[in-house]
Amino acid sequence: MPLHLKLHTKPDVPLEADCICPDIVQSLKNNEISALTVFHGNDQVQLADFFECKGTFDGEIIIDGDLENIKHIGASMSFGKIIVEGNIGLHTGACMRGGEIRIEGNASDWLAAEMLGGKIIVKGNAGHMTGSGYRGSSVGMQGGEIIVHGNVKNETGHVMRRGLIAVGGDSGDFTGVNMLAGTIIVLGEMGIRTGAGMKRGSIISFNKASLLPTFTRNCEYHPSFIKFYVRYLEKNGFSIDSSYLDSPFERWSGDSVEINRGEILLSKYKNK
Amino acid sequence: MKIKTTQIDNTFAEAFKMYGSRIIITAETKEWAMAAAQSVTGFATSVIGCKCEAGIEREIPAEESPDLRPAISVLFFAMDSESLGKRLMERIGQCVMTCPSTACYNGIDEGNGVIVGGQLRYFGDGYQISKRIGEKRLWRIPVMDGEFLVDDVFKTKEAVGGGNILILAKDQNTALKAAKAAVKAMRCISNIILPFPNGVVRSGSKVGSKYKALIASTNDEYCPTLASLVEKTEIDDGINSVLEIVIDGLTLEDVENAMRVGIEAAIKPGIKKISAGNYGGGLGQYQIHLHKLMGNEKKTNASSS
Repeated sequence: MPLHLKLHTKPDVPLEADCICPDIVQSLKNNEISALTVFHGNDQVQLADFFECKGTFDGEIIIDGDLENIKHIGASMSFGKIIVEGNIGLHTGACMRGGEIRIEGNASDWLAAEMLGGKIIVKGNAGHMTGSGYRGSSVGMQGGEIIVHGNVKNETGHVMRRGLIAVGGDSGDFTGVNMLAGTIIVLGEMGIRTGAGMKRGSIISFNKASLLPTFTRNCEYHPSFIKFYVRYLEKNGFSIDSSYLDSPFERWSGDSVEINRGEILLSKYKNK
Repeated sequence: MKIKTTQIDNTFAEAFKMYGSRIIITAETKEWAMAAAQSVTGFATSVIGCKCEAGIEREIPAEESPDLRPAISVLFFAMDSESLGKRLMERIGQCVMTCPSTACYNGIDEGNGVIVGGQLRYFGDGYQISKRIGEKRLWRIPVMDGEFLVDDVFKTKEAVGGGNILILAKDQNTALKAAKAAVKAMRCISNIILPFPNGVVRSGSKVGSKYKALIASTNDEYCPTLASLVEKTEIDDGINSVLEIVIDGLTLEDVENAMRVGIEAAIKPGIKKISAGNYGGGLGQYQIHLHKLMGNEKKTNASSS
């Protein structure tokens, strides 16, 4: 039976609840979990002041309620599973190392910032800075997978070094900005300045995109690795229109203001 | 034991512990995938002279293949994991990477990992790109028609090589027909290959030779032209042609299954005897006894003599 946390009091200001993490609750009894410290604004309070705690931790935590103001859930987690039955606040899964977070609603900004491993699936939309590095960090996401079925906002995958971000909808501006390596797949449309300052890595889009003049067109071809990704994503519940796959992709190299080893692949399906 | 008019020898096939690996070759069309598969399995009939044994296992439809393109599954066998890794690297590099539109993936989940793509990537001269998907790392090597995609690591596992049956017939035509039928039936079994041309070998060998430099020489006991010349012969009256089918498989059970269906299919009028090759039991780790093997078949087809 999983540990069930139900929000009974909506916080007035953001509640920092990084204690909602399998690594922390795994060896605690319910009364000890209820007594864990959380920050309500700058006030130290107990988890029980906001959450009702039921069930027993068996590797899984289910969180219920309006969680848009709850921050840092699953931060630094290394195993287990967290299921969020609704929307979730800032910094969810930040610095996560393993395990899985499944969000049935929307996620706010800084989702999986500086993620190291594991998997996050968002059924709705995600905010700005998804899978990005914190301000001042030279390296962002270093592993793991972020699968967002809806849209994401700006600077997705900022300074990303490794891992996979798949977006079912649109992405905002500066997708993959300063990217070092890794893969970003956007099924919808991307905003402006995609891949600005990228060194290496792949940004794949199934739609048109206006690219910076520092990107140069190489060719049009059929990259078989994309089909491999598609197959992998489909196994993870992501649906991709198979008609996209029969079209060639245009390969652009950049960013030439950096070492020019990054690539943007744009499907010709909607670019004909 | 006699099944219909064919005698089943009371003997055993002596099989060996080998290491096996499966590679999946995909391409834009089945024809190109097959071209690469045929090339990569060339000159791979016997570890004695070819350093490995290889064959095409089956065709894989596009919807089941790793990158949703037509695919061919190929099995490789060698005496140890390290040498198998070397063969994979050489052959994938020379025969699959060179074939237009292909990609090459590991097809076995368990076993020792040998680095293949991780070595072939240097062909990319610094332009190669690594992609990690789940637990898998792939290399994208730029080539003149686009990219060659190859798994970083291929798995090798303990396997069984050298399972075999011998078909002793009244004449060459009958032997060929029986062997063809046996091969067709055996190729329906998963996890096995028949490494010789069209699955059949006519130059069965024995260990050793009168020439000291040779480790193997013709299996004179089964050569019809030597029936009256050698001390011991298996060529009875009415037998004028012998063909052998060698089977390598990922497990002993797979090899046994293939031998069983092969024998069943080979039993035809004019097939005097079905036997198996062995070295007295002193060399191989496995003994597959024909009577025990065929004892599992339906009683209506069999009668003991």
